[in-house]
Amino acid sequence: MNEIVQKVLKGDQRSIARLITLAENNDDIATKAMRDIHPHTGHAQVIGITGVMGSGKSTLICELTRLYRKQGKTVGIIAIDPTSPFSGGALLGDRVRMMELAMDEGVFIRSMGTRGMLGGLTSAVYDVVEILDACGKDVVIVETVGVGQAEVDIIKIADTTLVVVIPGLGDSIQTLKAGVMEIADIYVVNKADRSGVEQTIAEVESLVDITCSGKDRKTPVLPTIAKQSKGIDVLLQGIDDHRTYLEKTHIFEKQRRLRYEAELVEIIRKQLMSFIFDESTVKERIDDLLDQIERKEIDPYSAAEEILGKILK
Amino acid sequence: MVERKIRVLVAKPGLDGHDRGAKIVARALRDAGMEVIYTGLHQTADMIVEAAIQEDVDVVGLSLLSGAHMTLFVDVAKLLKKKGLGEVLIIGGGIIPEEDVPKLQKEGISAVFGPGTPTEKIVEYIEQNVKR
Repeated sequence: MNEIVQKVLKGDQRSIARLITLAENNDDIATKAMRDIHPHTGHAQVIGITGVMGSGKSTLICELTRLYRKQGKTVGIIAIDPTSPFSGGALLGDRVRMMELAMDEGVFIRSMGTRGMLGGLTSAVYDVVEILDACGKDVVIVETVGVGQAEVDIIKIADTTLVVVIPGLGDSIQTLKAGVMEIADIYVVNKADRSGVEQTIAEVESLVDITCSGKDRKTPVLPTIAKQSKGIDVLLQGIDDHRTYLEKTHIFEKQRRLRYEAELVEIIRKQLMSFIFDESTVKERIDDLLDQIERKEIDPYSAAEEILGKILK
Repeated sequence: MVERKIRVLVAKPGLDGHDRGAKIVARALRDAGMEVIYTGLHQTADMIVEAAIQEDVDVVGLSLLSGAHMTLFVDVAKLLKKKGLGEVLIIGGGIIPEEDVPKLQKEGISAVFGPGTPTEKIVEYIEQNVKR
């Protein structure tokens, strides 16, 4: 077994951090290491947190983590922020609200840029969840980028998905009926000390009434004030209840299988893309074809067919 | 397809509450294609080093305007080395008297950028000196 894997399994912070970097960079060392990591996974409870920008996701995570720590559970946190489509750089600021957790050895926080992925996650997130799981974290919390309506990939990876809304979004909740508002296992109405909270809760609940009619589980709507640590214990209980529900109904296994499927598809996509675009001759050919497309000598579909045809031959 | 990105931790040690400079630098580094992790204000050396470990950064940028740089910058540099992160490039910024710069460099803070430094200069320095 790889030396770095051995250290990761022992919980060595630097090795965990380094392996995450290698996975993010699509490095061959990580690809090999993940083979040895995989058999040690499956223990951690994975919680996804998504919601609009400024809804208090990071602060909620900080509070949830503090409670988990009181229960003696160790926590891994993956905080994802958008990568600039122009520079490829990213400003990762979620840590600011979690710094008080920094000195706790039972907590590992990693900030990641989306690096071109849409859907609110980043390509390496599956690997990072497995790494944190294998190094022994009891709970892994994944924070998506601040979402609009369509960034729903978090459900592919989380056992329990929390959708955070805040008062004052008003009618926008109605418009969110599709997409983000469909994926919640629990709705969190954060900043519940703000005016209009009753209306927000009522709106979300009426949405739940529609989407959950005829189902055996009604999605809970839980108010919190993360900044004042209020409502966090009830939220944590809600997460545990959902986990129990998943296990009782055997949805748990189905969900985990879906996660592996999403991961597998993502790996194939990544490798296929690098296979196609690593071929330097293809890059030249693409430039050629772009010229032809501009001159209307060829259409984009035929151009794509030509490139793929060459590779798949 | 290996895609390496320079990762930088931008940190504000100690009690000084002014982070405009740190934020401007953070933004400039992002615009240069780097991944910048910002810690926020009032960080201890332990917190900064722990963040540097978990985030596996190539560079730690420290900003200080309170005058305590000789203690706080040096504390961070020493602790980084102690934890085995001697490879990490450490740079500083803020109000640092010129006579202190050589002393800081001796302690492992490779470069100090004062007010008015064009951000391109910082980007260039990192790109040329980062160990990877």
